[in-house]
Amino acid sequence: MKTFDLSSQSVRELNQALHDQARALTEADWIVRNPGGAHSVACGLDQDLRVTIEGHCGYYCAGMNQRAHVVVNGNAGVGLAENMMSGFVRVRGDASQSAGATAHGGLLVIEGNASARCGISMKGVDIVVKGDVGHMSAFMGQAGRLVVCGDAGDALGDSLYEARLYVKGTVRSLGADCIEKAMREEHVAELRELLERAGIDADASAFRRYGSARRLYNFKVDNASAY
Amino acid sequence: MCGIVALFLKNQALEPELGALFEPMLVSMTTRGPDSAGFAIYGDEVAAARIKVTLRHPDARYDWKALANALRGVDAQLEWFQNAIVAVFKLSTDEEKVRAWLTSNAPDVRVLSVGRSIEILKDVGLPADISRRFGLARMQGSHIIGHTRMATESAVTLQGSHPFSTGLDLCLVHNGSLSNHNRLRALLQRQGLDFETDNDSEVAAGYLTWRLMNGDSLQKALEAALTDLDGFFTFAIGTRDGFAVLRDPIACKPAVLAETADYVAMGSEYRALVSLPGIESAKVWEPEPAQVYVWERQH
Repeated sequence: MKTFDLSSQSVRELNQALHDQARALTEADWIVRNPGGAHSVACGLDQDLRVTIEGHCGYYCAGMNQRAHVVVNGNAGVGLAENMMSGFVRVRGDASQSAGATAHGGLLVIEGNASARCGISMKGVDIVVKGDVGHMSAFMGQAGRLVVCGDAGDALGDSLYEARLYVKGTVRSLGADCIEKAMREEHVAELRELLERAGIDADASAFRRYGSARRLYNFKVDNASAY
Repeated sequence: MCGIVALFLKNQALEPELGALFEPMLVSMTTRGPDSAGFAIYGDEVAAARIKVTLRHPDARYDWKALANALRGVDAQLEWFQNAIVAVFKLSTDEEKVRAWLTSNAPDVRVLSVGRSIEILKDVGLPADISRRFGLARMQGSHIIGHTRMATESAVTLQGSHPFSTGLDLCLVHNGSLSNHNRLRALLQRQGLDFETDNDSEVAAGYLTWRLMNGDSLQKALEAALTDLDGFFTFAIGTRDGFAVLRDPIACKPAVLAETADYVAMGSEYRALVSLPGIESAKVWEPEPAQVYVWERQH
């Protein structure tokens, strides 16, 4: 177990140490103390590291993650786990806007609330939010699943491609081309598995499913006169 | 990009430490705004019949003593002090009379703020240098609003730096950019408001001044701003008794709030709040879009 203190060492030193360790993997468990809202903490990890951050983080925490398991015992700022490829990121508190943006894979769990644009342009990541998500969540989502145990803000799933959205609470409004879809058995089953993996206790059958109506996929020649 | 910080003390015992608590908050936002910095501090309140004006002259060696002597013609009981490149005058008169007197007798003197409690201190340069220049760490008061500027829409000048005065004891700081400021400026000019720059934030300040002049409550004026201002903004607004926060409905400009038994604090990022005592156990959250938050002390 290695401990890194950001009150006396820089984020650059931390990330370099994590990247260096990753190759040899002689030290898999890391604790980061006093993050103090610093940006880019534990970014670009690409091995089976387990990193626990004790406190609130700033922007881009655990960005571009591959394989690593990152836990934030606090809140995270803008762009949490952006472009994550694989691995696991858990935030015990709230996440600011654009959590999981453009992420391709892995599992992101937010135990508090996520603000606007959670899962914007998601490309295959699974995101489970125990609380609420803000407006424009899953905007232009292409693949993956966004699970919201609380409520969703305005324009959920606007311009959605193929991501699947599950919401337990209320949805303030649906974005363009996002519609409610039937919650079939296979959806309850995949949601149950996802919630279990996220360690979130919620009844999968109480969720509603939303997805793309697929009306924005192609340009319609009938609309040409509008431009 | 810009940085916004605000600190409102609920515990009056902390008032002697306001400046010391606030300075690291302001300086921490240098990366968001290295061009200019400023703050509006509320404290050292004058009696109901008096006003406090903060003045600035382009010449750093301006003879404030001579101005004070001349101003005794308006108010023989005036009190004043100089703080670096600004001077604060406490007078038994009203705003209109002081402004009229300055226009005829000292037209180069700029009024930074007017009110019973507010003092706006700002300049071009690094936040740490500006804090040091004005002796921020030694300042006392009940609450304070600050700004670090990275200019994107207009020139780096004193006139373009924040906070902007928006009336008696009122000020505004802005992170964002407005897209309809030209048309709105023209509209407000027709209503009789004066503008010194082509800066978008000055228009937001002018807009609030205008709404409040016409009888809106602060809450109502800010709600109207959501409709009338087009663009991106996180605002912090200082009032004699406290401060308010408002984000536009898109909310892409950041804001974090923190509250303990002792204070309410606001920063563009959590980083700005880490130096505050008890922040580890504070309630920390992000203000909702298009929602007006107000904290004011009760008299």
